[in-house]
Amino acid sequence: MSLFLINVLLALAWAAVTGSFTFLNLAFGFVLATGALSLIREQVGSVGYFSRARRVISLMLLFVYELILSAWKVAVLVLTPRMDLKPGIFAYPLKLDRDFEITLLANLITLTPGTLSVDVSDDRRFLYVHAIDCSDPDSIRRDIAEGFERKIMEAFH
Amino acid sequence: MMASLLTLVSAALVVIGAFFALVASIGLLRLPDVYTRMHAASKAGTMGSGLLLIALAIHAGDTGTMSRALAGVVFFLLTAPISAHLLAKAAYSVGYRLDAISVRDEMAENVTND
Repeated sequence: MSLFLINVLLALAWAAVTGSFTFLNLAFGFVLATGALSLIREQVGSVGYFSRARRVISLMLLFVYELILSAWKVAVLVLTPRMDLKPGIFAYPLKLDRDFEITLLANLITLTPGTLSVDVSDDRRFLYVHAIDCSDPDSIRRDIAEGFERKIMEAFH
Repeated sequence: MMASLLTLVSAALVVIGAFFALVASIGLLRLPDVYTRMHAASKAGTMGSGLLLIALAIHAGDTGTMSRALAGVVFFLLTAPISAHLLAKAAYSVGYRLDAISVRDEMAENVTND
């Protein structure tokens, strides 16, 4: 985390030196600072920082991809003349235990195809998920466990 | 050349975004209960407004508008799932049951509503 702060500070320094605090210049400075940090990664011990950054970015890309896919699926479903719905709520057993991770997982589930998180059980062992096609809840559980939950664990553990 | 390309891209994004907004509202009309409707509103709705804001950011070109539009996209992505989740949770706890065509409700087995 402190390396991320240094990265932001270097970006601000770049913007100060070039005298332009526009969004593009700040972004460019951030990229330059990342490059500079990666040059000295052995010395400042930022090897973990880069592999973690890569995993966080891959989580974000997965998120955007799933959002596009899910909006598309809703569109197809809504525009078919005869909707074939088997909605239902199933319980998803959580492996994550920190509040922030459960929140992230619940948000990701809501923005993915056909699923919407409704509630977390009081003991935080189950997440209740509403699925628009709940005929095979086991395969949805498997998708979440192998997709988002694993990625979140990789990114934040 | 570059400017007309950007205009074309933002025009395409406006059309696609409007399409998803339309789909979200058709979904609100056609789907049977509050939970399935939240699917249409949270996903197609987020997608539609997000694309419209991105189109605005590309079209405007100046940094102030661009960064505000992109911040809008980020906040949409952050807040849409939370509001959908809260609405579904509130609907469930005040007793809106799932529509009759639903195939299962494991929440009813484990949660007692007062």
